[in-house]
Amino acid sequence: MADITLDQIIKPENLVYTKTKLMTDKVLSYCPGCGHGTAHRITMEVIEELGLEEQTIGIAPVGCSVLAYEFMNIDMQQAAHGRAPAVATGIKRVWPDKIVFSYQGDGDLAAIGTNETIHACNRGENIVIIFINNGIYGMTGGQMAPTTLIGMKSSTSPFGRDAQRMGNPLKITELVAQLPGTYFVTRQAVHTPANVRKTKRAIKKAFENQRDGKPGVSFVEIVSNCNSGWKMTPRDANTWMEENMFPFYPLGDIKVDGKLV
Amino acid sequence: MSELKLMKGNEALAEAAIRAGADAYFGYPITPQSEVIEYLMAEKPHERTGMVVLQAESEIAAINMVYGAAGAGKKVMTSSSSPGISLKQEGISYIAGAELPCLYANVVRGGPGLGTIQPSQADYFQSTKGGGHGDYRQIVLAPASVQEMADFVKDGFELAFKYRIPVLILSDGVIGQMMEKVELFDPIPRLTDAEINEKYPWATTGKKSGTERRIITSLDLDSHKMEEHNHKLQAKYKEITEKEVRYELIDCDDAEYVIVAYGSSARIAQKAVRLARAKGIKVGLFRLITLFPFPSVKMHEMCGKGIKGFLAVEMSSGQMVEDVRLAVNGCSKVAHFGRYGGIVHTPEEVLEALEQKIIGG
Amino acid sequence: MTEELIIAGFGGQGVLSMGKILAYSGIMQNQEVSWMPSYGPEMRGGTANVTVIVSDERISSPILTIFDSAIILNQQSMDKFEAGVRPGGTLLYDPNGITRHPKRKDINIYQVEAARLASEMGNTKIFNMVVLGAYLKIKPVVKMENVILGLKKSLPERYHKLIPLNEDAINAGLKNVIAVQELH
Repeated sequence: MADITLDQIIKPENLVYTKTKLMTDKVLSYCPGCGHGTAHRITMEVIEELGLEEQTIGIAPVGCSVLAYEFMNIDMQQAAHGRAPAVATGIKRVWPDKIVFSYQGDGDLAAIGTNETIHACNRGENIVIIFINNGIYGMTGGQMAPTTLIGMKSSTSPFGRDAQRMGNPLKITELVAQLPGTYFVTRQAVHTPANVRKTKRAIKKAFENQRDGKPGVSFVEIVSNCNSGWKMTPRDANTWMEENMFPFYPLGDIKVDGKLV
Repeated sequence: MSELKLMKGNEALAEAAIRAGADAYFGYPITPQSEVIEYLMAEKPHERTGMVVLQAESEIAAINMVYGAAGAGKKVMTSSSSPGISLKQEGISYIAGAELPCLYANVVRGGPGLGTIQPSQADYFQSTKGGGHGDYRQIVLAPASVQEMADFVKDGFELAFKYRIPVLILSDGVIGQMMEKVELFDPIPRLTDAEINEKYPWATTGKKSGTERRIITSLDLDSHKMEEHNHKLQAKYKEITEKEVRYELIDCDDAEYVIVAYGSSARIAQKAVRLARAKGIKVGLFRLITLFPFPSVKMHEMCGKGIKGFLAVEMSSGQMVEDVRLAVNGCSKVAHFGRYGGIVHTPEEVLEALEQKIIGG
Repeated sequence: MTEELIIAGFGGQGVLSMGKILAYSGIMQNQEVSWMPSYGPEMRGGTANVTVIVSDERISSPILTIFDSAIILNQQSMDKFEAGVRPGGTLLYDPNGITRHPKRKDINIYQVEAARLASEMGNTKIFNMVVLGAYLKIKPVVKMENVILGLKKSLPERYHKLIPLNEDAINAGLKNVIAVQELH
């Protein structure tokens, strides 16, 4: 083994995988083990595979993925906290032939931006919303999120979330599925190769819906970990997610082709 | 320029938006400016020009729709009244930071808080000194007639795109609700998608192969780069201050005293000038048209030419008067007169204030 | 010539549209006009008033506190605006529903029973046009042909068939105005 050099490995015939050209070469700012990188990559792969890069405009939120535009190699706008669905609405309404998506975390989409989320979904804007739910505010240092589970510790629920004093976690995905303006609503994960493949298929379906003018929002939630916010190793975080997050936020399609599953 | 109509200020603003070739209006109802979106909805601009009109779920959503559409190179606007404009401030700060062109109107009502729906000019500070967070400015146009409500839409969009800056039409309940004769300008066609792609190399319209991607953002975590960006913004504001000052001088040639006012207060002040002249008082009116940039240079120059006193007349407890003081810089007497909380001063009150605070004081 | 007028009554009496027709008539004869309504809760059934200025000169303030003429169509407005009529000015009112009649001695006072006339003509919606006719009899600030043009301009096309009825109403007002007190 010691005799093989890198030059001998890096050859076209050995190529088994290459990064989509719709991801920049910038090193991701996300913590090792975080799901954002995978979610970014498969979103960009879908756009490339569908040949939509020249007509796609993405919206970055406020939160860990505020710098998504540094990594996604397409035209992008950075929105004020929670306002991405309104920004996306503005773009889609004046450029109806473009493909518009927002990429948002739980605090952005389900707390400060709940109003924009609900109303964009209820109006049936023809956009894609990708929603990363890790049950915590990662960027600001692990505070309680609207999706933080009961009993879950965060820097603003240091003894665990207590429903009486802090309110309940919000299942916004189930909520938007009830609205007539959503066309496709699904909940997925990216912590195993199989889940990554399923999620990518869901994202592809979402973008195809928009491309084909299917009426309404295509909404893809990705339940993800936040190992640093949860103060766990990446592996423990994934196990904890499977044992605690998935029972409350079950994976699978909630609404397909405008009909509840 | 041919069509003569009797219109409310709010309706003139809305009609002018269609004629100015606006691509979209996003708004939320609030008194006293709901006629803007009502007029637009009734006019079916999607049939007339293809313009989009959408009633948003909040003023916050509306301004962020403006942000998105402006960032994609379109000519967009919103409007509201004081409490709604406060809600929009976050978005306006982002628009200023990201250097996007847009137009918005504030048909001011009395405050603070929910206040009153009656006319006021108490949003002068908010309009000219920032409003939202951060070190930014915006161009502020103050119409004093229904005619100017229409004309400033066209001018405002031009300035917005020339400088990539938010432009505010600062009106009030009087100008918004009153009807006057208005001569509407000829319609300007909306830009085609190809024209937008060609004219606005910064707009996010989808990354074409072989070109650089376009990013609309106001964020830079590197403080040195952020300072650089701020330098660029300040240079732009300086250029605007040098080039875009607008005002109107009425009866100022032989004046010994000057009333400074804008918007509906300027109309009332003009009547006060007439009453004063009838009594032999040599007074003129300095009507501000741009509030930012403020015509400080001209005001200071007039002061050096023997004006004995300036009376700032505004429907607030004294906001614009601070800029008058800065401009005059001690060179002449400055006093303030204004009714507020939704009360509109009368010409007689203005004349009395001039006599007591400037001439006799 | 400058005429500074207030029209005041209940919301729904056509106060604002009467002012608008008058303003449009002024435009038709190349005069300067302004129309400034009270707005807000008044829009929803309470009192409504509008100040209209028709002038040969550019209009400075559209807000009035003293009026050349006042058209008063309910008691609240009588209580509020009688005092604002300029000495020597004109007050026109419909006595219907008025319990405290105007007391000023230094103004011209006229009545028109517009509510009764409109109802006799079978359409209470033309009430405001009867009042307008009475006003124009006392103060012919705009020519009748321009009022008809103004009507056409301010009414949506689908209501143009109602113009003859409105003309009849204006004429009824012209014929039925009564002088209560005239200064000489």
